[in-house]
Amino acid sequence: MTVPALSDAGAAAPHRPMRQRHPGLVALVALACAVVLLPIGALALLAVSGTGEDWPHLARNVVPGAALTTIQLIVLTSAGTAIIGVATAWMTVAYDFPFRRTLSWMLVLPLAVPPYLAAYAFAEFFLFTGPVQTAYRALFGFQTVRDYWFPDIRSTGGAAFVLALVLYPYVYLTTRVVFLMQGRNIADVARTLGARPAKVFFRVLLPVARPAIVAGVSLVLMETINDIGASEYLGVRTMTTAIFTTWINRSSLEGAAQIAMVMLVLVFALLAAEQWARRRQRFHNPRATQIRSRPPRIRVGGVAAIALPAALLLPVALGFGVPVYVFGRYAWRRIEHVANAELASALANSVMTAAITALLTVSLALLLIHAVRLSRSQPVGILVRLASLGYALPGTIIGLGLLFALAGLDNMVDAFARANLGFSTGLIITGSAGAVVIACTIRFLALAEGGIKSGLEKLPPHLDEAARSLGRSPTASAATILLPLLRPAIWTAAVLVFVDTMKELSATILLRPFGFNTLATLVYEHASRAVVADGALAALLIILVATVPVVLLSNALARDQNASL
Amino acid sequence: MSNGTSRAAFGRLAAAAIAAGIAYVPFAASAEGVVNIYSYRQPDLIKPVLEAFTAETGIKTEVLFLDKGLEDRILAEGTNSPADVILTVDIARLTNAKDKGVTQALDDATVNANLPAEYRDPEGHWFAVTKRARIIYASKDRVGDEPITYAELADPKWKGKICMRSGQHDYNLALFSAAIAHWGAEKTEEWMKGLKANLARKPDGGDRPQAKAIMAGECDIALGNSYYVGLMQTNEKDPEEKEWAAAIKVKFPTFENGGTHVNISGAALAKNAPNRDNAVKLIQFLTTHKAQQIYADQVFEYPVEPGLEPNAIVKSFGELKADTLPLAEIAKNRKAASEMVDRVGVDDGPSS
Repeated sequence: MTVPALSDAGAAAPHRPMRQRHPGLVALVALACAVVLLPIGALALLAVSGTGEDWPHLARNVVPGAALTTIQLIVLTSAGTAIIGVATAWMTVAYDFPFRRTLSWMLVLPLAVPPYLAAYAFAEFFLFTGPVQTAYRALFGFQTVRDYWFPDIRSTGGAAFVLALVLYPYVYLTTRVVFLMQGRNIADVARTLGARPAKVFFRVLLPVARPAIVAGVSLVLMETINDIGASEYLGVRTMTTAIFTTWINRSSLEGAAQIAMVMLVLVFALLAAEQWARRRQRFHNPRATQIRSRPPRIRVGGVAAIALPAALLLPVALGFGVPVYVFGRYAWRRIEHVANAELASALANSVMTAAITALLTVSLALLLIHAVRLSRSQPVGILVRLASLGYALPGTIIGLGLLFALAGLDNMVDAFARANLGFSTGLIITGSAGAVVIACTIRFLALAEGGIKSGLEKLPPHLDEAARSLGRSPTASAATILLPLLRPAIWTAAVLVFVDTMKELSATILLRPFGFNTLATLVYEHASRAVVADGALAALLIILVATVPVVLLSNALARDQNASL
Repeated sequence: MSNGTSRAAFGRLAAAAIAAGIAYVPFAASAEGVVNIYSYRQPDLIKPVLEAFTAETGIKTEVLFLDKGLEDRILAEGTNSPADVILTVDIARLTNAKDKGVTQALDDATVNANLPAEYRDPEGHWFAVTKRARIIYASKDRVGDEPITYAELADPKWKGKICMRSGQHDYNLALFSAAIAHWGAEKTEEWMKGLKANLARKPDGGDRPQAKAIMAGECDIALGNSYYVGLMQTNEKDPEEKEWAAAIKVKFPTFENGGTHVNISGAALAKNAPNRDNAVKLIQFLTTHKAQQIYADQVFEYPVEPGLEPNAIVKSFGELKADTLPLAEIAKNRKAASEMVDRVGVDDGPSS
C-alpha cells in the first residue's frame, strides 16, 4: 500500500525545509524564549553561585514542617477547587433552574478577588470580632473565646478554604466548556446503554473532562504555590515562606534561589507525571456543529428549584460577597477619597499595565504556540513549558530574577552608550514601568498559553492543514483559518491575564519606577502600615475593575453556542 | 456621590491616564532640586517629615516604597541607581544595606552633632532617625500592675495567655537578637521554648491585631511596638481600634540591666547617589529638632534627639528606659535568631 508510505513522507518532510523556510520566525521565537527565560535563568545562576550552607538548617528545622504544610495546602486547595469547579460546571450545564443564566456568569466573579485581599477579608469576617462569630455568640449566649469552639481561619485548612473559594473559577471555566461541548452526547450514549446517572457522571463524564480539569487545577496549583500574601496573613508556613525567611531574615539570596529552583523542579515533575499518566488516552472532540443539537437541559422542580440555585450562590457569596462586603464597609467610610488624585492615577496605571500586558502576553503565547506547532521541535516545546512554569514562583522571586537580568542589560546598554556615543542612557527598562509589564507578561504566560492551547485542542485537527494543502503558507493558513476560530479562547486568555495583572502585587512593587502606584501597590502601602482599611477603596476598585472583563467573558460563556470557550 | 465630585473624579482620571503613559518613559535619575528615596517605610508615615523638608529647602522628594529586596534592587541597578537615600525600619536592615555595599560613608558635622554616637554607625553608613520600644500590651481587666520582665514571658504562669505576631518578623527577630546578646544563645533558646509554650495561639497578623485579640479575650498579654498604641488611640476613621487600645495598658518589660528593647528607624546614603548634596541635606534635616518633633507628634515614635520629650500620649505610657546594648550587637545576631525561631518552632504555635 502506498498510503502509509505517503503519509510517512508527509510527516517527515516538513521537518528540515520548515526551519529553513522560516528563519525570521525562528529568530523571533528564539528571542521570545530568551526573554521569557530571563528570570528563571538569572535565578538558576544565583542558585548555583550559592554555597548550600543554608541547607543543613533548612533540612533539619524547616523543610519537614513546611513541605508537609505545602502538600496539605496544595491537596486541600486543589481538591476544593476541583469539587466546587466541576460540580458548579455540571449543574449549570446539565440542569435548568431559576436564575441559571445569571448564576453561570456570577460563578466566575471570585476570580476578580486577589488571594491576599480575600485572606484579609475572610479573617475579618470569620474571626472572633467578625459578624459570623458575633452572631454565633449572640445566638448561644457565649461571652469569650474560651466558651465555645469555632473553626480557625488562621490554619492550613483555613488558607485552603480561602484559596479554593477565589481560585475555583479556573476549574469552572475549563470544565464547563468540555461539559458543554461533548459531555452530554457521550452521556446519552451511556444512558441508552443502561448506565445510571451517577455512574454516567463518574465513569464517563469525569474521565472525558479530565484534561480540562487538570488544566484548571494546574493553574490553581501554581497560584497556590506562588501565594505568599494569603498564607503569610493566615500564619501558614509553606516552602514559599521558607524562601522569604532565608532571603530576608538570613540574608541568603542564593539559598532562597535554591529553594525556588527545587520547587520549580517539583512542580515540573508533578505536571509531567500527570501528562505521562494519561499518555495513552486520546481526547477527540466533536465538531462544533454538534453543539447546536445539544439535548435540552433537565428541568428541575420543587425543592430542587430552590436548593440548586442556593447551592450555586454559596461559592459566589463567599468568594466574592465576603470580600466586597468587608472592603465595601471600610470604603464607605472613606468615600470622600474617591476623587483622590492618587487613587485615580493608580487606577489608570493598573488598567494600562493590565491592558498592555494582556496584549503582549497573548501575542507572545500565539507566537510560541504557532512556532511549536510548526517546527514540532521538542526543545522549543520544553522551553516554553519551562518558561510558563515561572507562574508557580512567587512574584517577588520572579521579579528579582528579572531585576538582575534587566538591570544588567540596562547597564550594558548604558556603558556602551557612554563609551561610544558619549552620553548616558540610564536605566531604560528598570527605570520605567516597562519592567513591570515584562515581569507580568512572563509571569502570566502560562495563563495565556494554556488557555489558547486548550482552545486549539478543541478544534478539529488538520483544519489549517487543509488550507495548507490548498497552497497557503503555514503562517497565513494559521492566521486566516485558526485565528478566527480561536477568537473566544484568545479573549478568555486575554481576560485572565488582564485580571491577574490587575491583582499582581509582588513583582510590581519590586520593579516599579518612582511615583508609579497600581491599585494593588496602593493597597499594600496601607496594609504594610497595618491599616488595610485605608486601602479599602483601592481594594474594592481592583475587584470591581477586574469584574468588568470577567462579566464580559462570562456573558460570552452564558451563550452556550460559543463552543471554543 | 454628588455631581461635582464625580466630575472631579473624571477629570482626575483623565489627567491620571495621561500621567500613566509617562510611567513608560524611563525615570531620570538625576535632576535639579530632587532627592530620590528608596523606602521600606510606609509613604504616609514619612510624608509629614518630607513635606517639611521640601518647605524648608525647596528640594522635592521622590519616594519609592518597597517591601522586600530594596538592597538587592540598588545592587542590581549598580552605578546607574537613582537611589539617593535609603529609609528603613529595623537596625538589621540598615546593617544589611551596609554589608551588601549599597551605602556610602557620611561624615557630616551637623548630623554628628545632632545624633548621639550610639544612634549612628561608627563608620557613618547609617543613622537612626527614631526609636520605638518593644513593649507589652496587657489586658486592663485581667492583668495587675506588677512589672513584667522579658525573662518572665517564659514563666509557666502565662501559659496560654500570650499573643504575638510571627517570630520571623523584623521586630521580634530584633528582640530575640537582643536576648541572645544579653543571655547567650543557649539560655535564649530555653526561654524561647518557654515563650512558645505560653502562646495562646499560633503567631499571626500584625501588632495591632494582638491588641484586638486581648480585647476579645484570646490572650492577656502581647508583644507590640510602642507607637501602635498611640495610632490606635487616635484612629478616627476606624473607631473600633480605639476600643482595642482601650482594652490594653502598656508595660515596659526589661532585661536584667533594667532596659527595654529599643529598635530604630533610620536613614543611609546610597552608594551611587546621583543627587548626593540633596541627599546629605535630607539626612541632616531628619536629625533636626523640627523633623524630630514631627516624628514624635505624628507617628508617636521616640525622638533620637537628646532631651526631646515624646508626644503626650506616649509619655502617658510611663517612662522608657532604653536598653544600652549597642544596636550593632543586635543586628549581628539576626541570623542566629531567625534560625532559632525555626528550630524552636515559635510560629507553629503552642501545641506542637
